[in-house]
Amino acid sequence: MAAQTRPKRPFRWHIAVFLAPAVLVYTAIMILPLAGTLQLSLFRNVDQSQVFVGLDNFRTLFGDPNWSVNFWNALRNNVWFFIIHMLVQNPVGVLLAALLSSPKLRFSAFYRTAIFVPTILSFVIVGFAWKLILSPLWGVAPHLLDFVGLKSLFTPWLGKEQYALTALSLVSVWQFIGIPMMLIYAALLSIPDEVIEAAECDGITGLSQFWKIKLPLILPSIGIISILTFVGNFNAFDLIYTAQGALAGPNYSTDILGTFLYRAFFGFQLQVGDPNMGATIATIMFLIILGGVCVYLFLIQTRLRRYQF
Amino acid sequence: MTTKLLTALLLGTSILGSAGLAHAEDVTLNIESWRGDDLAIWKDKLIPAFEAKNPGIKVVFAPSAPTEYDAALGAKLAAGSAGDLITCRPFDKSLELFKKGNLADLSALPGMENFSPVAKSAWQTDDGKASFCVPMASVIHGFIYNKDAFDKLGIKVPQTRDEFFAALDKIKADGTYIPMAMGTKDLWEAATMGYQNIGPNYWKGEDGRAALIKGDQKLTDKDWVAPYEELAKWKPYLGDGFEAQTYPDSQNLFTLGRAAIYPAGSWEIGLFNTQAQFKMGAFPPPVEKAGDTCYISDHTDIGMGLNAASKHADAAKTFLSWVASPDFATIYANALPGFFSLNSSPVKMEDPLAQEFVSWRGKCKSTIRSTYQILSRGTPNLENETWVESANVINGTDTPEAAAKKLQTGLDSWYHPAK
Repeated sequence: MAAQTRPKRPFRWHIAVFLAPAVLVYTAIMILPLAGTLQLSLFRNVDQSQVFVGLDNFRTLFGDPNWSVNFWNALRNNVWFFIIHMLVQNPVGVLLAALLSSPKLRFSAFYRTAIFVPTILSFVIVGFAWKLILSPLWGVAPHLLDFVGLKSLFTPWLGKEQYALTALSLVSVWQFIGIPMMLIYAALLSIPDEVIEAAECDGITGLSQFWKIKLPLILPSIGIISILTFVGNFNAFDLIYTAQGALAGPNYSTDILGTFLYRAFFGFQLQVGDPNMGATIATIMFLIILGGVCVYLFLIQTRLRRYQF
Repeated sequence: MTTKLLTALLLGTSILGSAGLAHAEDVTLNIESWRGDDLAIWKDKLIPAFEAKNPGIKVVFAPSAPTEYDAALGAKLAAGSAGDLITCRPFDKSLELFKKGNLADLSALPGMENFSPVAKSAWQTDDGKASFCVPMASVIHGFIYNKDAFDKLGIKVPQTRDEFFAALDKIKADGTYIPMAMGTKDLWEAATMGYQNIGPNYWKGEDGRAALIKGDQKLTDKDWVAPYEELAKWKPYLGDGFEAQTYPDSQNLFTLGRAAIYPAGSWEIGLFNTQAQFKMGAFPPPVEKAGDTCYISDHTDIGMGLNAASKHADAAKTFLSWVASPDFATIYANALPGFFSLNSSPVKMEDPLAQEFVSWRGKCKSTIRSTYQILSRGTPNLENETWVESANVINGTDTPEAAAKKLQTGLDSWYHPAK
């Protein structure tokens, strides 16, 4: 057969034109600042001018005990923050979704909305409201515990080193539980009735139906929620800042990477901000999140079984 | 988060940077400030008083939000659009501006002789040779008490530490009032109203502070650990759940009449006068034995400097000389009770509580907060660490010795005073 040269296609300008707005906006507000952060972390301010120092800032962050102690403390706290979310927020979210999707439940639309509402509240409101609820002076928590005769269980949770971080994690869980609930709820609704009916024909009902039929079908959604939780938790800052302040007291027990970054970057009170060290911490946060997302994408998501209906 | 913060930062600087102030014809002076709360006082009292005496010079007070002030000012100075007069934060933030050449040297300004060396120390180079801001106001630490409660329980105003703790015991035994309104949740209450309040009596004010900066004394010395030992003793007198009690909680506890003593800064006076329904009094931090010299923290807080790039430097200097005069001091101190003029000539004030506070200047020696000058330049930041450790000491997380040792170790890691 004679080699047939197809007429060369003209360059398809419209693709570039249609992509341009999104690419430009995304570059301007995401990629450039990110590149700027990475660049900033390689410089240091010496005598009012920026000097390239290679990886020295990272060496300071990990090698100088004045930085590394705080960094590891923040990272440890952040991991605990994430563990609480994974252990409480996601299982409870799945449970709520399973209950909501039960056809026998009345007022399910009301519950769905009520549970979702805190998610759209501002952090400032959530932080302040919970500070008041848990306040030993004017809070309702001591009174409510008193009603059921458990006053002795009350302690000023937010002021105690051993409880503060867990208490704040639970506040954050309270705020964001609507998100896993909604995603799982949607996934549960999308399971075709045929599958459920077939299961019922085979005698699988009730709890075992949930474990054997529904849960495997919603696993991909749970994976997505886990990764969203991971990214959200390691970027968290607002709740701690509004509830405990930038020093993340008591005794840095609620300090997470976000608050540590804030203090380094912007400074606090007499501490003068150091944008270079701040950017270094930001870079490490970026790498942690990037690493976590990669692990998920390449190791977990590819192995999840998908079912086609 | 990273990108969010950065984007916010970029947006913020671009907006603020472009919001430069237009210069009108002739001589209009613009004042940069973070004290938005004082706008009315400047507009209605201070500026008219100045303009009446100095025709031809117009003054505009243009404040920005406290949290944005430093960043906004930096951007404006870099862009050359900053006002002629710049309200100065104490110590390093202003010193940095001076070193960059943004603030003019005011050592020779007429009126500077009205201020004591301590007053000027917040706006001087480390060697004390050049002054670059006119001191405007300071805040004094002490204790405000509920007079009605003291009368009811028959407690006299304590002069010595023993009397102080005896009074606390009596209030606690009676049970009507919480002896002391202070919490450790916000950390700084413990450091500022606790440690820096009672500390000067132990470390002998300026002597101890200077020795600390010189390296002759250490935070682990007896004089610097002793205030922590006293703070640790405060714990039983604080309210239930003080660990989660915030600063506004403490203020409310006291103004609602539920607590008898409030470790205070004089800036509370304005608010307390409007909120408290009972009579209030104040006493300075108690000394060890009656008759001992007392020391108070009379902390320099606000000053005003001249933008080195100002086109109207002469007019601005006229204004600054007026800020250094007793006229200004009188108007300012009366409009803002609790912010005391640093002027050496005594200022007549109407407010009795403010009068009480300022009267201590006569009988006690003044000093400033120990962590502010020079010592909070490095990492870890001594002021921040003092907040954390003061709260730890009261909470019982750290012993006084352990807290002092942590602070000194942190300081040693970067501060090496030349001996």
